[in-house]
Amino acid sequence: MSEVKKVLFGPILANNPIALQILGICSALAVTSSLSVSLVMSIALTLVTAFSNLFIAVIRSHIPNSIRIIVQMIIIASLVIVVDQVLKAFAYEISKQLSVFVGLIITNCIVMGRAEAYAMKNGPAMSFLDGIGNGLGYSAMLMVVGFFRELLGAGKLFGVPVFETVQNGGWYQPNGLMLLPPSAFFVIGLVIWGLRSYKKEQVEEPEFKIAKNSRSQEAL
Amino acid sequence: MASSNDSIKKTIIVAVALCLVCSIFVAGAAVGLKPIQQANKDLDRKRNILAAAQMLQPGENVDAVFANVEKRLVNVSEGRFATDEELAAAGVSVDSYNQQAASKDPALSVALSGDKDPASIKRRANFATVYVVKDDNAKARIILPVHGYGLWSTMYGFMALEGDFSTVVGFGFYQQAETPGLGGEVDNPAWKALWEGKEVYNEQGEAVLGLVKGSVDANDPQASHKVDGLSGATLTSRGVTNLVHYWLGEDGFGPFLAKLRSEGV
Repeated sequence: MSEVKKVLFGPILANNPIALQILGICSALAVTSSLSVSLVMSIALTLVTAFSNLFIAVIRSHIPNSIRIIVQMIIIASLVIVVDQVLKAFAYEISKQLSVFVGLIITNCIVMGRAEAYAMKNGPAMSFLDGIGNGLGYSAMLMVVGFFRELLGAGKLFGVPVFETVQNGGWYQPNGLMLLPPSAFFVIGLVIWGLRSYKKEQVEEPEFKIAKNSRSQEAL
Repeated sequence: MASSNDSIKKTIIVAVALCLVCSIFVAGAAVGLKPIQQANKDLDRKRNILAAAQMLQPGENVDAVFANVEKRLVNVSEGRFATDEELAAAGVSVDSYNQQAASKDPALSVALSGDKDPASIKRRANFATVYVVKDDNAKARIILPVHGYGLWSTMYGFMALEGDFSTVVGFGFYQQAETPGLGGEVDNPAWKALWEGKEVYNEQGEAVLGLVKGSVDANDPQASHKVDGLSGATLTSRGVTNLVHYWLGEDGFGPFLAKLRSEGV
């Protein structure tokens, strides 16, 4: 039971794919300017990771080592295309906003990373849970970033005005930078800082130490 | 078991089997969901047309309202409705005509360059889809498709005009990828509302409606030809002005609208 819990909820704080493994940054920058789009992207990625892990784990003992990456890619790509088609059919407005990024789930490092690191070595059930868990970790990060970007950039949450903006006759002067992709770097950076202050074990060992200052006389 | 996985035979069998299964899966989803996707697309387009003409009240059935709108094709260079013979010769039918696709087809479009292409659209389709409003209670008489390049993207929109074929009823884009929060404000309802009642043509019959930097001075005698620019989005604003000038000007719908004004729809 504790193993299930660890696989499912570990990636949210203790082993977050974005904050600790620094995977999947690209889409975290691209789609987080509004919360509803972030939410759909999170759901899509969670489903793709879970099912690709499941299918890869099912056939893992039959995958020839020489073509294993291609096999993983084919499974992931097929799932992504299906997700894209389903979105176009049942959530047309949101699929228009996500546009190319659904297709880019294929290249999201988290999906590929979990398939290679976990699903190739573990059974289908656990792999499925691992996919859900990592999807949740990604989703948690996306929602946090999306929350700050939409609130500060547009004064809204899920498209509902929270701060009345100057354009609509209110008081809030929106911060345009928050709507542009680089702002996600700042938010993610701050979240990683916060997370590592709270969970000290995530702080990486420094690769080198800075030598003590030597006085100029001694150096001469 | 593990070692036989890497034999050439096993590799090929796994690769072929996987490809077959995945292709059936993908093709099944694509074909099975196609009708729903197409319906979504059509509905979205109709909704945008009616929104530009301000004919759609919240909660109304889009298809029911759209029955009051007739789709017709215009021969843009001749400035009149396309005749049946022309359409038959070009091999297009009114119902299935897609202007966006035709703009890319050399047989159905003309290349534009330099001065002739202020909206940076490169090619213009010979026939344009316009929507004529049959409902006498509606303010809008005709809805014209317009498009042009902004900062990042080609913006596609509709402009609805009153019966004098100069006064704007509504204007909006249904497809654009400008910077969210800056150029993306072309989708802001408050900004779109500014277009209502503006005049496209001046006394000389030139299409002069465009955006200005900052806000329009209400005392300006030309105020009816000016709309507030988008702050922080100079290039998008310029793109909007250019596409309005192009599509309603001499090379666009200008002659067609002049003809409607003198002869009626």
